[in-house]
Amino acid sequence: MQSKPVTLKVLDVISVLVLGIAAYLALVVAPTEMVMGDVQRVFYFHVGTAWTALLGFIFSAVLSVIYLVTKDLKWDRIQVAAIEVSLVFFFITIVLGSIWARPVWNTWWTWDPRLTTATITELIYIAYFMLRQGIDDPDRRARFGAVYALLGGISAPITFFAIRLFRTIHPVVIGGSNMDAEGSFSMTPDMLSVFFFALFAFTIIFIDLFWNRIRLGSLQEQVEQLKLKVVG
Amino acid sequence: MFFQELTPDTSGYMIAGYVVAFVVMALYVASLYLRNRNLNRDLAMLEEMDKPVVKVEPEQVKKKPVKSVTKPRRKK
Repeated sequence: MQSKPVTLKVLDVISVLVLGIAAYLALVVAPTEMVMGDVQRVFYFHVGTAWTALLGFIFSAVLSVIYLVTKDLKWDRIQVAAIEVSLVFFFITIVLGSIWARPVWNTWWTWDPRLTTATITELIYIAYFMLRQGIDDPDRRARFGAVYALLGGISAPITFFAIRLFRTIHPVVIGGSNMDAEGSFSMTPDMLSVFFFALFAFTIIFIDLFWNRIRLGSLQEQVEQLKLKVVG
Repeated sequence: MFFQELTPDTSGYMIAGYVVAFVVMALYVASLYLRNRNLNRDLAMLEEMDKPVVKVEPEQVKKKPVKSVTKPRRKK
């Protein structure tokens, strides 16, 4: 049984702390948006989780290339970890967006380009795990997974740019504006500080969960190897 | 005064959003913990099974005198 490295233990503690601070800043310190009210506060976690998840998906596409070049199964394990954590974060993004939309758009869901591309991205990566489940040979599984994640990686930038490329009602809060948007708002300096802290916090939490998940993958590999040795 | 717009009370949705975010993250952390614990158990069990069987050398075995099971015949 491998003991956890001290750095990871420290990172676990820091992650819990930054999550608590981010929640406090978002719920207490950030000013209330006048038009939408308190529901606007979910924006900080919504964008924080979306940012890390989309970066994670793009990172997994880069890992696919590394695996396909080196054929080292270590990169496959890292890729699985990146996709799993990103999938969880992106699920939170979608649910938070839906909850925000109910009072602001007066509906839980609409097939807007951003919402549609986000759903497709989530489904692509759920299917990634289903694909892997169906292949027994580790090398074949890793190769198929790498090619799939490389192609799936295209969906992440499409989702990100959907609100900038297509006509959509989803607000563009950072780096632009959308005339058709419903529920758009301008951020005050206080809101901006909370927003950037939330981005920082979710990046730290992502790295922590990612590291833990990589260790789990290595342990899984160790168990599988030993199982083959004992049975064989 | 009559045209002043009030900020709507959407705090219920905000609470729901944060509850969902924390619950999903907690469930994921719990799943990581449980998977890790189960794998460690499997690993310990497999390591136990993989240990080489200790063979006892014949010289190390002390030969005890074998007792006869049958009763000795009485001399007539």
